[in-house]
Amino acid sequence: MTEKIFTRNFHLTDSHTLARYKETGGYTALAKAFRMEPAAITEEVKKANLRGLGGAAFPTGVKWGFIPKASTAPRYLVINADEGEPGTFKDRYLMERDPHALIEGMVIAARAIGSHLGFVYIRGEYVQPWRVLDGAVHEAYAAGLLGKNIQGSGTDFDVVLHRGAGAYICGEETGLLSSLEGKKGWPKIKPPFPAVKGAFGHPTIVNNVETIMAVPHIINRGAEWFAGLGTKGQGGTRLYSVSGHVEKPGVVEAPVTVTLRQLIYDHCGGIRGGRKLKGVVPGGSSAAILTADEIDFPMDVDGPQTKGSMIGSAGVIVMDDTVSIPEALMVVARFYAHESCGQCTPCRESTGWIYKMTHRIVEGKGRKEDLDTILDVAKRGAGTTICAFYDGAVGPYISYIEKFRSEFEDLIRSEAHA
Amino acid sequence: MSDARNPEFTPEQLAEVRRLQGLYPDKRGALLPVLHLAQDTFGYISLEVEEYVAGLFELYPAHVHEVVTFYTMFFQKPKGRHVVSVCHNISCYLMNSKGIIQHVGERLGIEPGETTSDGRVTFLTVECLCACEQAPMMQVDDHYEGNLTNEKVDRILDGLP
Repeated sequence: MTEKIFTRNFHLTDSHTLARYKETGGYTALAKAFRMEPAAITEEVKKANLRGLGGAAFPTGVKWGFIPKASTAPRYLVINADEGEPGTFKDRYLMERDPHALIEGMVIAARAIGSHLGFVYIRGEYVQPWRVLDGAVHEAYAAGLLGKNIQGSGTDFDVVLHRGAGAYICGEETGLLSSLEGKKGWPKIKPPFPAVKGAFGHPTIVNNVETIMAVPHIINRGAEWFAGLGTKGQGGTRLYSVSGHVEKPGVVEAPVTVTLRQLIYDHCGGIRGGRKLKGVVPGGSSAAILTADEIDFPMDVDGPQTKGSMIGSAGVIVMDDTVSIPEALMVVARFYAHESCGQCTPCRESTGWIYKMTHRIVEGKGRKEDLDTILDVAKRGAGTTICAFYDGAVGPYISYIEKFRSEFEDLIRSEAHA
Repeated sequence: MSDARNPEFTPEQLAEVRRLQGLYPDKRGALLPVLHLAQDTFGYISLEVEEYVAGLFELYPAHVHEVVTFYTMFFQKPKGRHVVSVCHNISCYLMNSKGIIQHVGERLGIEPGETTSDGRVTFLTVECLCACEQAPMMQVDDHYEGNLTNEKVDRILDGLP
């Protein structure tokens, strides 16, 4: 059995309380971090090979280092708790069951980047995670773990919880910042990157919930330990959200060396009812689908790329042999059409158009040129937009059709004969 | 009586608005939290509510309108006393959300997007709520209900006052 880090207290009914968190070693990393130079904290996180666990997998310590050293402007730490990638639910578990690890990680990160104000942007539908985290923040203030002169360190840091209001695009970091500023969640052109010009025009670091929750463990047990748990490309364990046609869906914590096959068959009990695996999406709905014989690789940042997919949010969506791939693509295409923010023409128009084409194919009204039209539209639009949303939509459009083309053709052909 | 046609916060609520505005480097950051407060108070975000909130932020009503219309959780017309939102995204789809959606619609006698004539329930289909491990699932007001079956749906719907 491999060691649990993020989920070590999940079995305790009071794991969300300050008392239990402290009893299990909580806030000792903070005391240690207060004795470290800020630059040394960032260096430790770099050496730990911690990669962003929200979806983009950017090296966390490197990102922290992008804050302009000479800038005297206020700096903000923003936690992306706008979990929304279809097939992903890990941050919900983390906030409900270990909220103090997020708070402790935030204070340490704030020291590293020189921030005195942090925001947690939580998706509006997450009422229960927000309540639990809000309770933990109040506990932390009362215990002097947030606010002025934390633990006598001379460090001031405040945390504001901010509820979103329903928009997938606000999980994109610049869309999130627009939303935090009280605007519609339109992404912004980069550069300037948020580390230079972010929330309210000031240097800002945006990190995912799980990413920040790794930080106390890294500070406590050292970068080498964390890096050693993983691969060359990425240190640590992480949470995999596994859903769909497995016997035991749920959150699985495993070192990033775990293979997709092991996640499905060893950790989640295999395919339901002993059926056959047909396809699996390894990293949330924006990741390209894989076939049943493409699941033997480590689920770190590099493994899925060897099969033309991506680790993304590590949301594993499992489909057995009863699934209609064209209909599954239609469901996914409907999502991207609904959630496109409308700012960039290629994304706004293509997501709607492609949804309509997948819909008519499923309805038996597909035209024989539809498949090539979808592929052409998908490929032309990729890389032409302000943010990565459309590139994410292109992953499923192309892979579902290229890997299961005959299934689409059968639906189109059956109509031609009708 | 203050309502969506004639919105006005109480002095306590106005103090809360000021507190929220003070949490952000620019008070506009509090727009979403204040719109949540307004919807909880007035029932939905009418054009009058938009204008009222705009006044609290010294914004044009059009700026508030473009925010309200961008997000799915702000209702621009009256909603039922309860909101039932069934996820129809991929993991729930794989676990028969189509059947659940059909059953909810039949049980309530309405289509997604509609409210029962007695004003009890608004029924929506929504994108991923990120509780895929308990698919098929739905949100009922502020909490999640998962591993849905037709029988469980009946119990939940019948229990809504």
